[in-house]
Amino acid sequence: MKILVAMSGGVDSSVAAALLKEDGHDVVGVTLRLWGGESDSGCCSVSDVDDARRVAQQLGIDHLVFNFSDDFQRSVVDPYVHDHARGVTPNPCIECNRHLKFDRLFERADVLGFDAVATGHHARVEFIEGVWRLLRGHDGAKDQSYVVHVLDQRRLARCLFPVGTMTKAEVRRHAERLGLRTAHKPDSQDVCFITSSGGRADFLRRRIELHPAEVVDQNGQALGEVESVELVTLGQRRGVAGGGGTKRFVVDVDVASRRVVVGDESELLVDHEIGADPVWTDGEFEGDVLVQCSAHGEPRQGRVSRSSHAGTDRVVVAWDRPQRRVSPGQSLVFYDPIGDWVIGGATVTSSDRRSTS
Amino acid sequence: MNGTASENLVYLDHAATTPMRESAIAAMMPFLAGEYANPSGSHRFARRARQAVDEARDMVADVVGCSPGEIVFTGSGTEGDNTAIRGVVERTGGRAVCSAAEHHAVLHCVEHVGGHVLGTDAWGSIDLDRLAACLEDAPDSGPDSIGVVSVMAVNNETGSVTDLDAVSRVVRRRAPRAVLHTDAVQAACWLDLRDQWPRVDALALSAHKFGGPKGVGILAIRAGSPIAPFVLGGGQERDRRSGTHNVAGIVATAVALHDTDRERAHEAIRVAELRETLIAGLSQVGDVHRTIPADRSVPGVAHVCFAGIENEALLYLLDEQGVCASAASACASGAMEPSHVLAAMGVERSLAHGALRLSLGHTTTEADVDSAITAVVSAVSHLRQAAGR
Repeated sequence: MKILVAMSGGVDSSVAAALLKEDGHDVVGVTLRLWGGESDSGCCSVSDVDDARRVAQQLGIDHLVFNFSDDFQRSVVDPYVHDHARGVTPNPCIECNRHLKFDRLFERADVLGFDAVATGHHARVEFIEGVWRLLRGHDGAKDQSYVVHVLDQRRLARCLFPVGTMTKAEVRRHAERLGLRTAHKPDSQDVCFITSSGGRADFLRRRIELHPAEVVDQNGQALGEVESVELVTLGQRRGVAGGGGTKRFVVDVDVASRRVVVGDESELLVDHEIGADPVWTDGEFEGDVLVQCSAHGEPRQGRVSRSSHAGTDRVVVAWDRPQRRVSPGQSLVFYDPIGDWVIGGATVTSSDRRSTS
Repeated sequence: MNGTASENLVYLDHAATTPMRESAIAAMMPFLAGEYANPSGSHRFARRARQAVDEARDMVADVVGCSPGEIVFTGSGTEGDNTAIRGVVERTGGRAVCSAAEHHAVLHCVEHVGGHVLGTDAWGSIDLDRLAACLEDAPDSGPDSIGVVSVMAVNNETGSVTDLDAVSRVVRRRAPRAVLHTDAVQAACWLDLRDQWPRVDALALSAHKFGGPKGVGILAIRAGSPIAPFVLGGGQERDRRSGTHNVAGIVATAVALHDTDRERAHEAIRVAELRETLIAGLSQVGDVHRTIPADRSVPGVAHVCFAGIENEALLYLLDEQGVCASAASACASGAMEPSHVLAAMGVERSLAHGALRLSLGHTTTEADVDSAITAVVSAVSHLRQAAGR
């Protein structure tokens, strides 16, 4: 097969490329230039591109760089900033996978005559009883099926995750055996376009106005202030006023009226969530599911069904027992309760909430 | 093709670099082997190297039309541009001026020293009205006076030729004390430098663009121009550029420039014909926009924009066919940048995404052109078909 491997310059994608080459495939590596600004690995992440290129040279495969920075700005960074401005906490990595890796890159691979696209994600794709299944990676601690849940049958049929059957330790050992310079490179953390020195606040402050907000309790009693209401996330505990030993959580963020409401944990409990823009790995689904609400969160039991609310592109997830609210903008990913494969996912909306009574 | 490692390649990226001339390779070999002396030495062995550098300087001065004392050997075209622009700013304290379509070697220097970056006309040449206004507005002395105006002779992406005579007249009239520098890196193969030199005070060349080796540049500096040295040290090149002479490179550069100059008139006609054949062939595919008309472009560059395609994909398909081409300049990561030249010219971004530069040179043959036409037409048709489905 002729395979295009997305090489980030990390150890996982390095080994992914190596494994495909060892299997005798015709492999070409590509590094996506996504973010042109400041990052922790230098401008345009040049050092990561250097790593990817050197690994490709070592493996004897061609290496390309595609500049998708316009699309990245439009599909990932702009929405990220816009969402914060309206009090929503988005997951840019999922949007990047959705719009860049599994859309733009696939499209490019198609045009250039590649049979498949591979990445270094810890997830698996298997053809089971006539259906392409997206499964969790074998290394439970590193499983990334959550962030790649946006794949459908058409994409899954042509998507490869060569390291999904390995543990991270095995991946590093393989890289060591091959003498790849990325063998001991630390895992990337956090959002690639946000520097650790400036953080999210700095990044947003340069793009939108951040507003102070008052912090009140459920009865409207003022408790203090936060510097930037746009940076407050539902369920957050740190940095919001309140003392006296009681654990207070952010239970409501109202950007428009610049008000943050705190309360105790029970205030956060709901019996359902509403998800927008659902995606399905094998067509629309209704029924019992395990739901993961963050990259490495503990799955919850629930039931997904079409929403009765106005607007068609919504699903309701009814929890088996009350659960903490999920911050708007985060992804709900649905897994088969027995087979543990990904059924689909949706993005938590900020509207239409009712707490349990 | 000149043999070597380029078998099966259709090399149409001569504006990026062109193969070294055999004569230049032959000329440099003795200085890579037995004649290894440092020309600054005081023994007979050193004097032989010194003589080689002096003779090279005479040859280069002859082609540029300046005196040998006005030639400074540098490490690259970029270094020449840096020296001219930053050297004048340092010496005079005045401002630098250039257009937005300049090569980054000029543009980034001017931006670095806080200079004026002006717009261009539809062909990417500096807008003369804006230049006149900018110079007019500036005082004759002090930090806001104009120290240096830098205008490229030929645009590296599009091949567009600047009317340096017109630029010179504007600069001499409105800012008589300003140094006029030209980045002539893309001009050496196609324009008689003796015509350009009288119009400017400084002129930068790069050896590997005309069949010399990489790592050697030439900066011609008119005697008396206020240009501080950029590289300090042992005082070589009459204190204008320190660093041990790259004797082999300098000797080869002189030979390459001399041969280029001798063959230029004939080559310009031959290559212009090939270029027209190429563009006519590419036009078969339809919806092709020629960026610069023939009479405004050097013969060696065919710059076109194909509507409805992405040149990143096009370059990959051409590479698969063994066709070496280029689009815009690449950033440090190797990613293709949207062309700042086309942006300055006002070319729509969507059309600029389909830009392709095929550049021809002294080794280009009719067979190269035929192969390129077949490969490009097939790739563009494929990409358009794919985009339409």
